[in-house]
Amino acid sequence: MSHTGIGARVRRKEDARHLIGRGRFVGDIRMPGLRDVAFLRSTYAHARIVAITRPAGSEGSVYTVDDLAGLSPIVTRSTIPGYKESTHWPLASGKVRFVGEPVVMAVAASRAEAEDLCDAVQVEFDPLPVIASSEAGRAPDAPRVHEEWPDNLFLESGFDSGVDEVARTAPVKVTREYRTARQCMHPMEGKGVLAYWDYQASQLVVVTSTQVPHMIRTGLAECLGLDQSRIRVAPPDVGGGFGYKCVLQPEEVLIAWLALTRKTPFRWVEDRREHLTAGANTRQHQYRVTAYADERGRLLGLDAEVMVDTGAYSVWPFTACLEPSQIAGNLPGPYDFQAYRCKTYTVATNKPAFTPYRGVARTGVCFAMELTIDAIARAVGREPVDVRAENLVTAGQMPFTNVTRKHFDSGDYPASLQRAREMIGMEAVRARQGSGEPDGRHIGLGFATYTEQSAHGTTVFSSWGLSVIPGYDQASVKITPDGGVEVRAGIHTIGQGLETTLAQVASEILTIPIERITVTLGDTATTPYSTGAYASRGIVMSGGATSKAAQTVAGQVRRIAAHLMKCAPEEVELRDGRIFAGNRSIAFADVGFAWYMRPDLLPTDVDSRGLEATEAYKPAVDSGVFSYATHAAVVAVDPETGMVEILDYVIVEDCGRRVNPMIVEGQAYGGTAQGIGTALFEESPYDDLGQPLASTLLDYLLPGPTELPSIRMDHFETLSPYSAHGVKGVGEGGAIAPPAAIVNAINDALAPLGAELTEVPATPERILAAILAARGRRSAGQENAA
Amino acid sequence: MKAPVFDYHRASSVQDALAALADGRGDAKAMAGGCSLGPMLNLRLARPARVVDLRHVPELRRVEETEDRLVIGALWTHAEIEDGALPDITNGFLPSVAHGIAYRAVRNRGTIGGSVAHADPAADWITTLLTLDARLLIHAPDGERQASIDTFMLGGYSTELGDDELLSGFILPKLSGRGRWAYHKICRKTGEFAKAIGAVLHDPDRGLVRVVCGAIERTPILLEETSAALGRSSPEAAADLAPVLKGVLKDEIDRRLADHDAVFRQMHHTAVSRALAELGSK
Repeated sequence: MSHTGIGARVRRKEDARHLIGRGRFVGDIRMPGLRDVAFLRSTYAHARIVAITRPAGSEGSVYTVDDLAGLSPIVTRSTIPGYKESTHWPLASGKVRFVGEPVVMAVAASRAEAEDLCDAVQVEFDPLPVIASSEAGRAPDAPRVHEEWPDNLFLESGFDSGVDEVARTAPVKVTREYRTARQCMHPMEGKGVLAYWDYQASQLVVVTSTQVPHMIRTGLAECLGLDQSRIRVAPPDVGGGFGYKCVLQPEEVLIAWLALTRKTPFRWVEDRREHLTAGANTRQHQYRVTAYADERGRLLGLDAEVMVDTGAYSVWPFTACLEPSQIAGNLPGPYDFQAYRCKTYTVATNKPAFTPYRGVARTGVCFAMELTIDAIARAVGREPVDVRAENLVTAGQMPFTNVTRKHFDSGDYPASLQRAREMIGMEAVRARQGSGEPDGRHIGLGFATYTEQSAHGTTVFSSWGLSVIPGYDQASVKITPDGGVEVRAGIHTIGQGLETTLAQVASEILTIPIERITVTLGDTATTPYSTGAYASRGIVMSGGATSKAAQTVAGQVRRIAAHLMKCAPEEVELRDGRIFAGNRSIAFADVGFAWYMRPDLLPTDVDSRGLEATEAYKPAVDSGVFSYATHAAVVAVDPETGMVEILDYVIVEDCGRRVNPMIVEGQAYGGTAQGIGTALFEESPYDDLGQPLASTLLDYLLPGPTELPSIRMDHFETLSPYSAHGVKGVGEGGAIAPPAAIVNAINDALAPLGAELTEVPATPERILAAILAARGRRSAGQENAA
Repeated sequence: MKAPVFDYHRASSVQDALAALADGRGDAKAMAGGCSLGPMLNLRLARPARVVDLRHVPELRRVEETEDRLVIGALWTHAEIEDGALPDITNGFLPSVAHGIAYRAVRNRGTIGGSVAHADPAADWITTLLTLDARLLIHAPDGERQASIDTFMLGGYSTELGDDELLSGFILPKLSGRGRWAYHKICRKTGEFAKAIGAVLHDPDRGLVRVVCGAIERTPILLEETSAALGRSSPEAAADLAPVLKGVLKDEIDRRLADHDAVFRQMHHTAVSRALAELGSK
């Protein structure tokens, strides 16, 4: 029998239905009496609502905030000192705070007719001055996004271990300003929610495209004033999450309220235009970084000021505090230095509410830190890869607690850098650069090394004082009468392959092949509690819980089997999908049969928990286990067009024990594709009036297959000392490093022209502008010299 | 993002289509492949009371070849042109341009006439037809008339086509056996609209030496001085193109695109100079 447990390179169970188009997404569901919902969304970024006039005869079909009887707004708590809560009514109340904010909800037999109703509603707006950037939000006398606040800061916070001494004495000082563009996350399926009243269960059933069903139940109960036992959140297939669906969505609250109030089914499915405008909610950071180093490029200290263009509201439950906390905590990266100051400004602006996206802040901090490392290397005249190696935490230092108290559990960071250097062929690239390109393009090489804190849990989140703090994740394992296995976990599957990997974990313990293991996820009615799928935590938390539950059930199986085979439980061994005692063996079905059908065969003192168990799990150290990787890119830059081609791309990653190597590779490929989008293509620009300028996919470019390189990959497997089976999370890492590696490569290519880029996406226009500016500086310099 | 209510009329002939447009009193819209109008309807940016579907009008699929020209109807798809469904009178120019339009799925539906009538300044056919000095055939209630691209197009997405008129076809000049062309476009990714287009046609036997700069956020422009300089030089030798590349072209681009920034001009200069270089290497 082939091994399907941990480490097996097996195909994903869930792909069987997706490949034949039989997945079941919110948009696929048909129900008698189902009515579609459309939202009239604000066309102003900041305006008072003077009047809303509904068309005649639209009673019961058109709703404003005043109609939402019994509904409470979304309020997001954090105990971080100085944090300001925002009150977020799912339909705008009094004024609108961003283009795309829902103002009116319309209900009809079809989406098109619901949109017709929205068209017929007249909303009179009185425009207010707009906060369209972090700078505008921080300006003295700036108009306020939330009038009751004294300023526009959700939070002003930071970290300071003291940098003044280093600033005085360091021989090398490098200062840069960096920007990362605002983005949309673009899961293939946007948001979608369907809700109905189940009279039999006396429950509100919410079928929503979410990463965090159990948390959504808590959030909905707060907003609807309903007992949690009266709500069932039953997520169907989810076509990608990336963080977009890890928060309570205003539309979820509204559709749930409709179904609760009207007791008939309602549905809303986000379209791409709604996503591009009302969903442009992530990645936008601005940095000013000063690094201090010695003559070899050894980092002595780092002083940073960061602004996050946070949008109008704080999201539930993670709040506007998550991003700045991740920035200040993670900016030092995988490096060992002690003098560090980071000040963060979390600025409320008239844009959609900032939401954590794959990599959460670390894509930005990796970009800032890794470009700074390269800038130091240029300042001291060394290879960037050598300066990187000079500063990385070493394997001998593990476990290592860095300046911001991040506890790196295991790994060999310099080895990943060295391996990436070998794979990319650094010396050959340098030789090629020396000889020049026949087509006139410039070749460049860039590296980025990062850590990916995964499955950070109780100690981390409780320090932020959020409404929901993750603790123990639960899973249930049950042997069926015929010797199959059912696994249930409250985390949800969003494309990351958990139906397969959790089956592999159970298979590892029970030795039953995954073909005979069914995995049920997410439904609050049928699965034990989990806070859900975010923070690269699935395989660590739900995998650990599944492992623990499977071990408990294995013990129960052994005791019944021992009785059936008339031996001691210690003599019983589970192997190859059967139960052995010496040379004799029985099937799991024999044990299942005895427990369920023939209790007369059982001992009188049988364990009455039977053949199922629910266990709760968190790692021995719950501050997170750290995956890490080095990405290396070779690019060709056309100096006449600013176009960039990725010629080669290498990833050397370590996520501890790989439960399914193919799924690890898939996560790295997919994340890197998104990271390349951040590096070269994706951007949601806004004008000064807060109008989103990329409202269709003509203007918002996503990388396609022809834009993506063939990525070469290698893996280390340094087990975590803290997690079950030594696993670490791997869901986000791919998206962290590409902007840093690619822009470092672009800057390496542009170095002979004296140009340097400090902003993503690295569009042809930005690259050409940098080249033209460098040319201008040079000719001015020549004139001055003359 | 669903279309508002509209009436649908499937036209059976050009006369029928014209009658349906006239009957719409300015609130009817002709639809060819629907690649642009479809999304605009769904985005509710276009809200015609009536859509007149041209896809089943036989006259709009005509092909008439004479000694010096080819007359085609407006409803040939990009894919058909790419696949050589029309006689090749441009030494491969039209099929090559068609091949570079968007993706095959778009090319299967999109038509040359629909593209020109939509007048997206970054679209390929308007630049190509200007380079070829093609004529546009327009059917109006009171008869047929002709236009050239640069008079037809008033600017981005704007044409002189009346509400009751139909862009029905094109008159394309036949190139001589010695006629050569080059077409260089700069796109951020495969299938995207161009950021800059350079197109060159060199066929002295037919009196067609034309250098065009396209994707300039308005009607593409014929670079007259560069064209004249190209006409004076011998493009067989790449060296002869050097003065054109370095001097005349740069000056003309900088002057004609003076309302754009240096990056924009640089990109368009590159597109045209690369088209000239490709012509020189052919």
